[in-house]
Parts: sequence; structure tokens; C-alpha cells
Amino acid sequence: MISSGIVTVSYIVAMVLFILALGGLSNQEKASRGNWYGIAGMAIALLATLLGVVTGHYVILFVALLVGGSVGIMLARRVQMTQMPELVAILHSLVGLAAVLVGFANFMDSSMHLVGVEQTIHDIETYIGILIGAVTLSGSVIAFGKLSGRIGGKPLLVPGRHWFNLALLIAVIWFGRDFVLQSAAGGGMTPLMLMTAIALLYGMHMVMAIGGADMPVVISMLNSYSGWAAAATGFMLDNDLLIVTGALVGSSGAILSYIMCRAMNRKFIAVIAGGFGTGGGAAAASGDIDGEVAAIDSEETAALLTNAKEVMIVPGYGMAVAQAQHAVFEITRVLRDRKINVRFGIHPVAGRMPGHMNVLLAEARVPYDIVYEMDEINDDFPNIDVSVVIGANDIVNPSAQDVPDSPIAGMPVLEVWKAATTIVLKRSMATGYAGVQNPLFFKENTRMLFGDAKDSLDAVLRALASRK
Amino acid sequence: MRIGVPRETHAGEKRIATTPDVATQLIKLGFSVAIEENAGAAASYSNEAYEAAGCDIVASHSDVWAESDVILKVRAPDASEVKRLNENQTLICFLWPGQNPDLLKQLTASGVTALAMDSVPRISRAQKLDALSSMANIAGYRAVVEAAQHFGRFFTGQITAAGKIPPAKVMVIGAGVAGLAAIGAAKSMGAIVRAFDTRPEVKEQVESMDAEFLELDFEDEDGAGAGGYAKVMSKAFIEAEMALFAEQARDVDIIITTALIPGKPAPKLITADMVRSMKNGSVIVDLAAEQGGNCELTEPDQVVHRHGVSIIGYTDLPSRLAAQSSQLYATNLRNLLAELTPGKDGEIVLDMEDEIIRGATICTGGETTWPPPAPKLSAAPPAPKSEPAPAVIASKPSLAGPIIAACAGGLALLGLGAVAPPSFMAHFTVFVLACFVGYMVIWNVKSALHTPLMSVTNAISSIIIIGALLQISSENMLIMWLAAFTVMIASVNIAGGFAVTRRMLDMFRK
Repeated sequence: MISSGIVTVSYIVAMVLFILALGGLSNQEKASRGNWYGIAGMAIALLATLLGVVTGHYVILFVALLVGGSVGIMLARRVQMTQMPELVAILHSLVGLAAVLVGFANFMDSSMHLVGVEQTIHDIETYIGILIGAVTLSGSVIAFGKLSGRIGGKPLLVPGRHWFNLALLIAVIWFGRDFVLQSAAGGGMTPLMLMTAIALLYGMHMVMAIGGADMPVVISMLNSYSGWAAAATGFMLDNDLLIVTGALVGSSGAILSYIMCRAMNRKFIAVIAGGFGTGGGAAAASGDIDGEVAAIDSEETAALLTNAKEVMIVPGYGMAVAQAQHAVFEITRVLRDRKINVRFGIHPVAGRMPGHMNVLLAEARVPYDIVYEMDEINDDFPNIDVSVVIGANDIVNPSAQDVPDSPIAGMPVLEVWKAATTIVLKRSMATGYAGVQNPLFFKENTRMLFGDAKDSLDAVLRALASRK
Repeated sequence: MRIGVPRETHAGEKRIATTPDVATQLIKLGFSVAIEENAGAAASYSNEAYEAAGCDIVASHSDVWAESDVILKVRAPDASEVKRLNENQTLICFLWPGQNPDLLKQLTASGVTALAMDSVPRISRAQKLDALSSMANIAGYRAVVEAAQHFGRFFTGQITAAGKIPPAKVMVIGAGVAGLAAIGAAKSMGAIVRAFDTRPEVKEQVESMDAEFLELDFEDEDGAGAGGYAKVMSKAFIEAEMALFAEQARDVDIIITTALIPGKPAPKLITADMVRSMKNGSVIVDLAAEQGGNCELTEPDQVVHRHGVSIIGYTDLPSRLAAQSSQLYATNLRNLLAELTPGKDGEIVLDMEDEIIRGATICTGGETTWPPPAPKLSAAPPAPKSEPAPAVIASKPSLAGPIIAACAGGLALLGLGAVAPPSFMAHFTVFVLACFVGYMVIWNVKSALHTPLMSVTNAISSIIIIGALLQISSENMLIMWLAAFTVMIASVNIAGGFAVTRRMLDMFRK
């Protein structure tokens, strides 16, 4: 056994290591080291707790650790990079579940004796910890279902859902009051259970109402919630390590949500309230555009690409769906061998989670120094000969800039149409998530390459190989 | 319906109105295609190739004319051919109704439906059937090739063991489709290229091809006329322009002129004096030779040598690149036929409501339908510069909201401080500071690493396992089992989160 002072010191070291772990992600070279800092921090915290606090049930403890750890490693090994959003979602739900269980266990533990204000504050902490944990749990499970296609991606909009949410909130506050009063008298289990059920319902309902392309916001938000749940548990247990770590994770997720919302020019509240464009204005600008699209085949695409000097590839969720990232890389390699400057432009909300496209491209071995953020390359488009849009729609829609009453007006978009020629890979002429027709497709210098992104790109690759 | 492609009878014309590749596509539109024997020979398309594409080869010239419902040609029909036409037939080719009023009368009298490829309106939708642009593009390219043929030196500059070779200097007058094609071809051969045009808006296009745009020292006068063509300029402007050409003529080796104003004789831009001032061995290619030429000394269809300068006045430049021009022209025709057969059933529907078809049709059923009503221009005239719509509709954030929020937050904190015990406030301090540290650190995270950031925060948020570890030693079995289960799921998260982060980070490489 080690003294509680040493345990505290170890916790401080762990906190510092966690901060360094997050700081390490500021660039790709240091990122790997950052991850090791995180692992070290976690190891130190676990070891100190095992040695300093735990007094019995070691066998069960180690079995649990081993089983959980091996399941985790197996998941991490097996997961496809296109499934990352699902994995992250389901892992969030585990944090939520853990927070709920720790909260209940703590409530049932009668060894603590608090009185007066301290008792009240402790109860509120428990209550809030379980509340956030439960919302994270059910929300993440639904998000997982939506991302993995087990639940339809369309937003489910219950009539009067805002009133429904408000009613749930009032119920939660009401049961909270009940809980604090009953807890002082030694009871309180009933309102706690009822609140948990309500929180689970709320989490489900909230994520059900949000559509596929808003998933980056939802995932970041659930990430944030899992942090706040840990922080609330920390308050309940008087444990600064949990508070600090929870706060770090919570603010990280909140910032990510903010970045994602900014990239869609939408208010956080509007996204969480769910249902794109239901606030009005959506129908106004979604009318059809007159004009013709010019189709192109893979041979001509290959010709355009080989004759270009500057190529910009803009991937979207369609690339992930079609698993086309490897074909994209092969094409990139062939073109770069021919001294054509191929670069990638990534919109912050491309894909289903923050940074999704970057991970897919990295998986396909695309070097990260040719992958650029929207702000870095948007001014370069006039110098680009060919821009290639792979399975993206709303993030390259010029009406975000031109049509003030469009539902996506003001959303920052990649200005692909400023390139000499734009090739758009698309399955059909369907509209994007926002349901807005895209004038890009009808521009004179736009060519449409219809078909599954992977099949089209494979054909382009063959055509490229035959053009020596 | 049956499409017939007769041999071109015009002397020296090598083009043909369809190629084997395009014929396949015509058959897909529901037509059958008949080709006169050896019609494609001059453009290097053999009878066998047409047969392989599914066409019938017809030996007799008159049979092709008599047995086809649709006649595709390049040049306008000659006098004997016009007589063969009847009211059930459709003729598609270059007809120039403006320049050939007699032909138009005869066609109308025959009752044939005639579509002139040169009368297709210049709107965006019609670009894919704009045969004039296709041919102009080829003419511009071929003009440079002809110039190179008659020019005694390299186009590109070189420094060799045998001395230094300066690059040729090329001036292109008129930066339309032909001019731009000439600029591109001359540039890619290594010449220094300058270009002039009366329409200032083409400056950008010229510069995008790495050529120099010659500008006049002149108060702005816009030379853009209807349909994207140039118009006649004022006298003062022309004087300034001529001064520029005189100065350039002394300096450049090759002049390629493409200046045309629709329906007017070509403007005389290069005078005999200018030709005299040019260096010996220089070349002028006059693409306007058919309309009288931009150079005073041009003779149509001839190469003449005047004052040591070769002046090329070929009017059949596209025909001199017959395989290429046949291919592009055939594709333009196919695109027009696709517009004419909306059902893809080989039946032509002459929809006079359609802007393209209305514009191209010059006569049908004995009535002259040329000129068409003024087209609705969609591309050419620059719209008056409207204020660019603001990219972001930024409503200035009012300060009231944040101030109220800050006050409310402050009051809430004060209230909390008033009732909460000191131990709670200590934790609360740590919490607020940690949020702040998180805020500072996370903004530095590269957006490319947001997915690893989420998975690593996920792993460290499983620090909640500490809570379970604190409870696992409890005597209460229910609590113990709850805690053990929590330890298990949290460790899934810890191991899974860190491992997947590592996997992802390992993938990022330069």
C-alpha cells in the first residue's frame, strides 16, 4: 500500500501527461508521442489507484481488466477506417454507461455520511453525473445505429418535439427535487431510476432527430458529454483527476462541435434541436435549376487529368461509402509520377466525423503534406486545372455564396468551380443532405462522371495506365 | 430514319460529315447510316471502318441523295445537289444563309428542311454542337503549323554549342477561338506570343495561356458586340490600333490574323507598308482570307511572297487537318441530332420552340425561317457589375446577449460561492482551470487530426474507471459487481481507444 499523498502526486502526473497527450496532436510528427503520453498517464493513474486505494477483490478486478482490455484491443484491430465513426460512437456509449453505473454504485454505498448542504451538493452531483451519463449512453447507441446503417439516417421528427423535450427537462428537474428531499431521509432510489429512464429517452430522441450529415456535430457533442459525465463523477467522488480529465475531454468535444457548426454556418442549438431547415426557408430555394449537365466518361477524365498541371481532389462522404480511397491514392500516385501536382482539399464537415477524410486518406497512404484544409487552399482554385469532386455535394455548392435565401447560405464551401474544369463523381443527380439543388453540376466547365465512385475511379486508373 | 453521308464535291474538301465512331452513336440514336463509297478516304476513314461500325456503303452518289431521309454534309450542296432535295428530307451542313441568299431561296423552293450548322445560336447549352468553334480551333492550330512550314527558323529559343537561337516572336490578332488555339499551339512550340483583341475581357484568357496581351493607350471602348463577336470600332480607336500593329510588325516574325466581324468584310489591319517593314523571312497567316483578308496583300487560297514575307491565305485550314476536323464536326452533328431525336428512336422532331433548333433551321416546308428571332443571349455581354453578394450574411452580433450571459453566469457563480462548502469550491476551481487548459490546448490541434483527437479523448475519458476502482473493494456484493462490470467496460474503452489512435497515427505519413 502506498500513502494517499503518493496517490495524489501520481494523479497530478497523470493530469499533466493527459494535457501533453492532447497538446501532442497539434501536428502529425508529435502526435504519436502524444498518444504514448496518454497511455503513460492512464497507466500511472491505474497503478496508483490499484496500489493506494483498492483493498480487495483483486481477482475479479484483474479478470475484468483483462477481458475488457482484450475486447478493446480486438475492436481496435478489426475496425475498418471507414467504420471509425461507429467505433467512436459505441466507445462513447461505454463511457456513458460507466458513468451511470458508478453513479448508482456510489449512491448505494452507505459508507459516506454527509449532512446539510454537503449532502445536498453531493446528491446533486450524483444526479447530474447519472443524467449526463445516461444521455451519452442512449445518444451514442442511436448514433452508432445510424452510422452503421442499422437505423435509417433520416431525421425522425416527432411532431411537437420541442415541447416534448421541454416536458422531459421539467420532469428531470422535478424528480431532481424529489431525489434530494428523499435522499436526505435515506431513500431516493425511485426518482433516480425514473430520471435515468427519462435521460435515456431524451438521448435517443435527440439523436434520432438529427440527420446523417450533421453527425460530425453529434459525435463531437457526445464526445463532449462523455467528458462532462466523467467530470461530474469526479465531483461526486471528490476526485480531481476525474474532474480535470473530464473537463479536458468535455472542452475538447465542445470545441470540435463548435468548429463543425461553424463549418456548416449553423447554430449549435439548431443542429441539436434537429431537422435540417425546418425553421423555414428550406423550400424557398430548393427549386430546380434549368440547364444541362455534361457527362464525361473515364477515358476523357483520364485525358483531362494527364493534361493538367494542377489537380485538386475534394473527397466527401461518397468516397467513404464507396471505399474509394485506395483508388484515389493510386490515381494520385500515377499523376504525381507524371509531375502533376495533385493535392487534396478537405472541408471540415466532409464525412461523418471530424477529420474523417484525413484518416481515410492516411489509411490509403496519401501523404499528409498534400492534404490541405479548406482555409489553406480555397484561394488556390483559380490556379487549378482540374478539380475532382468525389462524392461530395453540399460542401462544394456555389449557392452557399450566391443565393442568400438558400438553406445553406453562408456555409463556407470549397470553390471548386473556379478551377478550369471540375469533374464531379456522383451516383445520380440526387440532391445532397441539405436537399438543395447544386448549380455546380450545371456550370459550363463542370463534367459529371456518373457511377459508383470506386468503379469510376478504377476505370479512370485503367485509362490512365493505358495512356503512357 | 436513314441518314446519308455523301462524298464532298467541293474541290479540295477532304472532310466528311461523320466518322465510324460517331456513326455507331448515330445508330444508337435509332438511325441507319449510309455512307457513299470512299467518302471518308481523304480523311483517312476507310470503307471497311464504316462497315465495321454498322454503316451501309453505297456506291452511287445519286443513290445516297435519293434514298436518305437525313443528309449530313460539311459544305453547302452545289447546284446539282440542291436539285436532288425534296420536301421529305432534312439537310444539315454549313449553309451560310446570310452570304448565300440564292442558295437559301433554292432550298426553300425545294421544300427541304435545312439546318445550318453555322446558325446554331451561341448559347451555353449549344456549345457542344458549335461547329464554328470546333473548326476555328482547328484553323488556329493549323495556322501555326502552316506558319512553321514557311518560317525558316525554330519557334523555340535554344542555346547550343553552335550558338544561341532566339525564340520566334508571334503576334496573334483576334483572340477568339481560333486566336486562342493559335496562341496555345505557338506557345507550346516555344515561341514568344503576343495577342491583341478589341474586347478587353479576353485579356484574362490570353494571359491564362501565358501570352502577353497587347493593350492600347486608349480611353476604354469595349469592342464586344452581340453573340460574343467583335464589332466595328471608332476611327480614333482604329488609328491607335494601327499604330500598335505598325510598331509590332517591325519586331515580330510571325503574324496570325483572325479578325472577323460577322456579316462584314474583314477589316484591313496589316497594310502593305507594315509588310514592307517586317523582317525578311517573316510569315503572315491570314485566317480571314475568305472574307477579303486582314492583310492588304493576302490572296485567298494562295501563298504569296511579298517584300520577303510569306503571306498565307488558305481558306481551307480545317480541311487540311481532315481527320481531326471530321471527328469534331461529326460529334457536333451527332449532338444536334441528339437534340432533334428526343425519343432516341431515329425519328426527327423539329421542335421550333427549342432555341437551338429554331436558330439552326433556315427553311422548312417551303418557308424561309431565317434569320431567327434574336436569341436570348446567355453568355456574351458582360452584365453590369452588380455588387457581389456578401459571402457570409453577417449580422453584427449585438453585445447585449454576451453581456447578459456574462452577468447571469457571474451571479450564478456568486450564488454558488455563497452556499457551497469550501471543499466543493476547491474542486470547482480545478474544474474551471481544467476547462480553460483544455480550451487552450484543443485549438492547437490540427483539423487533420480531429478523428485521432476524438479517439484519444475517448480513451482518457475512461479515467472514470478510477471511480469503479474506488468502489470495487466494497463489502456490498451488488456494488462490487456493478464496479467490476464498470471496470470491464471502461477498460474496453481504454485499450480500444489508445490502440485505435495508435493505428491511425501510424498511418499518417509524409
